[in-house]
Amino acid sequence: MALSETALSELAGLVGAENVLWRPEDILPYGFDGTAALKERPGAVVFPADTGQVAAVVRWAAANRVPVVTRGSGTGLSGGSVPSGGCVVLCLVRMDRILEVDPNNLTLRAQAGAITLKIDEAAGVHGLFYPPDPGSMKISTIGGNVAENSGGLRGLKYGVTRDYVMGLEVVMADGRVVRLGNACVKDVAGYSMKDLFIGSEGTLGIVTEVLLKLLPRPAARRTMLALYDRMEDAAETVSAIIAAKIIPCTLEFLDRRTIQCVEDYAKVGLPTDCAALLLMETDGHPEAVRDEAARMEQIARERGARAVRVAGSVEEAQQLATARRSAFSALARMRPTTILEDVTVPRSELARMVAYIAEIADRHGLQVGTFGHMGDGNLHPTFLTDERDTEEMRKVHLALDEIVERTLELGGTITGEHGVGLAKKPWLRRQLGDASYELMKQVRVALDPAGLLNPGKIFD
Amino acid sequence: MSGPLQQLDYSDLQQCMHCGMCLPTCPTFDATKRERHGPRGRIALMRAVADGDLVAGREFADEMSYCLGCLACQTACPAGVDYAGLFEAARAEVEQSGLPQTPARVLWRALTLRFLFMRPWALRIVARVLRIYQKTGLDGWVRRLGLTRVLPADLQRLEPQTPRISACFSDECIAEEELPEGPARYRVALLTGCVQDIAFSNINRDTADVLLANGCRVHTPAAQGCCGSLHGHNGEPGLAAELARRMLDRMPPENYDAIITNAGGCGAHLRHYSRVLAGDAEYAARAAEWDRKVRDIHEWLVEIGCRKPAAGEEAVVTYHESCHLAHGQKVVKQPREILKSIPGVRLVELAESSWCCGSAGVYSITQPEQSGALLKRKVGHIAATGARFLATSNPGCHLQVANGLRAAGVPVDVVQPVTLLARAYRAERAEKPVGAERKH
Ligand SMILES: Cc1cc2nc3c(=O)[nH]c(=O)nc-3n(C[C@H](O)[C@H](O)[C@H](O)COP(=O)(O)OP(=O)(O)OC[C@H]3O[C@@H](n4cnc5c(N)ncnc54)[C@H](O)[C@@H]3O)c2cc1C
Repeated sequence: MALSETALSELAGLVGAENVLWRPEDILPYGFDGTAALKERPGAVVFPADTGQVAAVVRWAAANRVPVVTRGSGTGLSGGSVPSGGCVVLCLVRMDRILEVDPNNLTLRAQAGAITLKIDEAAGVHGLFYPPDPGSMKISTIGGNVAENSGGLRGLKYGVTRDYVMGLEVVMADGRVVRLGNACVKDVAGYSMKDLFIGSEGTLGIVTEVLLKLLPRPAARRTMLALYDRMEDAAETVSAIIAAKIIPCTLEFLDRRTIQCVEDYAKVGLPTDCAALLLMETDGHPEAVRDEAARMEQIARERGARAVRVAGSVEEAQQLATARRSAFSALARMRPTTILEDVTVPRSELARMVAYIAEIADRHGLQVGTFGHMGDGNLHPTFLTDERDTEEMRKVHLALDEIVERTLELGGTITGEHGVGLAKKPWLRRQLGDASYELMKQVRVALDPAGLLNPGKIFD
Repeated sequence: MSGPLQQLDYSDLQQCMHCGMCLPTCPTFDATKRERHGPRGRIALMRAVADGDLVAGREFADEMSYCLGCLACQTACPAGVDYAGLFEAARAEVEQSGLPQTPARVLWRALTLRFLFMRPWALRIVARVLRIYQKTGLDGWVRRLGLTRVLPADLQRLEPQTPRISACFSDECIAEEELPEGPARYRVALLTGCVQDIAFSNINRDTADVLLANGCRVHTPAAQGCCGSLHGHNGEPGLAAELARRMLDRMPPENYDAIITNAGGCGAHLRHYSRVLAGDAEYAARAAEWDRKVRDIHEWLVEIGCRKPAAGEEAVVTYHESCHLAHGQKVVKQPREILKSIPGVRLVELAESSWCCGSAGVYSITQPEQSGALLKRKVGHIAATGARFLATSNPGCHLQVANGLRAAGVPVDVVQPVTLLARAYRAERAEKPVGAERKH
């Protein structure tokens, strides 16, 4: 459904005509995000320049009862920024300035459209760093990271986006602008409202500015690859390292199929004949790094690692991390459609979960590649299929259902970092139970009674 | 009737899983931050056309013209999308869509794609006329008298950019068959290109020289004609196929160990004759053998173990990557290795060395504004290196960057890596006593 000419010219009055897109060729590429097989045509796409313009567009939308779907870079993996028909897509990429780095308080202030990598680079100038590093960090926006509470490769030691958000500026559904949190390390003045918006997927308000916590850049790091002939051995290594009271910053897992695809793309010399590999990294004080690296290597060998390779240089370490970041997209080499899951289990259950995924895929005759943030218990089983093959797609959905079932039995969650969006909606109530599910909906209705912010996401 | 996009294998379009990893590497997305100006947006438009959800109209045509075709996205893409193939189909779709054309564009395309670049002799006549025009100094007078104003606007802008025509064409300075001094280790064919042939025949000479110095017997047929890359990239797959067949007839791949190209843009096309001739049963086997044997000159030299020259020249050199050499052919390290092997040369890395300079085939004609912005960015980076030479390996980049440097008053000479290498071998000869050469 297209927007009326009056609507378009009113929007143009708010943000400037050149910042309102409505032609099919202009808006069609905003019909999807990074999620497979989901697309819809928006009514218009607008590019606000600042918080004032965001508020103006939201007020206009509220007055005209037009839904608003906020979008950062559209790399989401649960369909969060897929438009609803005829909506206004509010795309924040013009609001990409880093406003301030404060080395005295170890904070950074940026507009919501700032790119994650640029934030870390700005921190780096001062010898600081911003730890959350999702695989998409070169493209994703910090606003999208906050809205999904994104994780990354260093989650095990450094946590996720939430752990670095000190303050937010948010435009509410009625156009009010609120500022939540501040630069204080401690603050118990009332509810922690900022936390409500972290992971809210654009359904409670629009984040326009963020105040982030930074850390000193670690003095040393060491990166290693451990290669296995059995997937379960890799999973057990992870549990053993954690049980040995070592907290490495990275414990990433790739299975055979993923290794093959990644190597095909990145050509970094990964052995394509092993069943699994772990990318392990420890950082911090040089002495501690040396000690931890040695112990991790030993544990890996004890658990059956065929070989452990230590990166010889910073470049090699970076190459390996970059290769790992490409895992999801590289899997798309195999088949036309890649359906990716995000299940997360308590880490003690990892070996069991990894084995179960392989078994399910076998039983349904499906191709699956599994990789993930093993240290966080977060797995991304990825089904390689073809959306045009209805019979195979039916099997994929059966397999997904069974994986979710098992995840919940093991005390896990349907999504560790990608959010519910459209893709995980069918299973949310099952995980939360009726009471918690209704509570969540109540919050949503309280903040956005008309249901105009990202409608149809998280709940129906 | 279904168009080229509908005839594609649909899974080629599905290969793009729209993760966005390509976006930061796309110069037009970088300039506008609009999805339609980025690879995944363009592929979405192509897919919509294939699905029948979108008509390939004026906006679609404009978008495909705005794309540089630099293929940086193809390097960035973990999913292995064949953007080059999709892009060629999209441009062909535009040509076949029956969109109303301006008479000037019709004339231009007819003159260049259908006439000049299909007939090597015709191109040469034009080049000879241009040569006289430039040599006599007539060009200066015409400009001073303001006579260029009678040209259409597009031509007026281009006139000062016209390449200087070489004093001789390739076949006037390279014999059809040349033998190395020692025993020949390999037999290779040398492709002279069309722009390279008339504007940079000295580079072809240098290429032949470094091949000879590395034990290759060099076969260089005269007046070879266009390889079809211009046609392939500009929506004329039929003409591209015809030119590919001619090339295969002219230089049967079974006669050589390798077929050498020294122009990044041509090489990227030359390596895919099997795709250009897909469905041509008669030529299929030959095209496949051809594709297997095409080598960029730097790639070939490194592959056979390029002999390090004993002499050289002291110079700071920086290297700009031709898009179709780096992204189209994935030849990245070899030109640098060649440069570093020359005694006295210090290679300084150029910031954003693989970011397009805006030349991109006919892009500087069709999209002067964006082309100019990219050139400015490139010239700025080059100036910052403090190098005396900018090495690059594609005639389009060579002309574009040289013009940009000249206009900005930056005193850096544009050369090909093989030119520096050939000079080093010549310096070596000059230093060596006569006869010493024959020993190996
Ligand atoms: C190759 C690849 C690798 C990835 N790796 C990881 C990973 O390692 N870890 C991980 O957690 N995720 C990962 N992701 C998922 C994705 O990149 C993250 O969810 C990211 O945070 C999305 O950012 P974005 O700017 O693209 O947001 P979008 O996709 O545009 O939006 C995501 C959601 O946030 C909402 N939103 C966006 N901006 C705002 C705002 N300013 N205010 C309110 N709501 C907003 C949208 O409405 C939508 O619901 C990966 C994705 C890809 C394609």
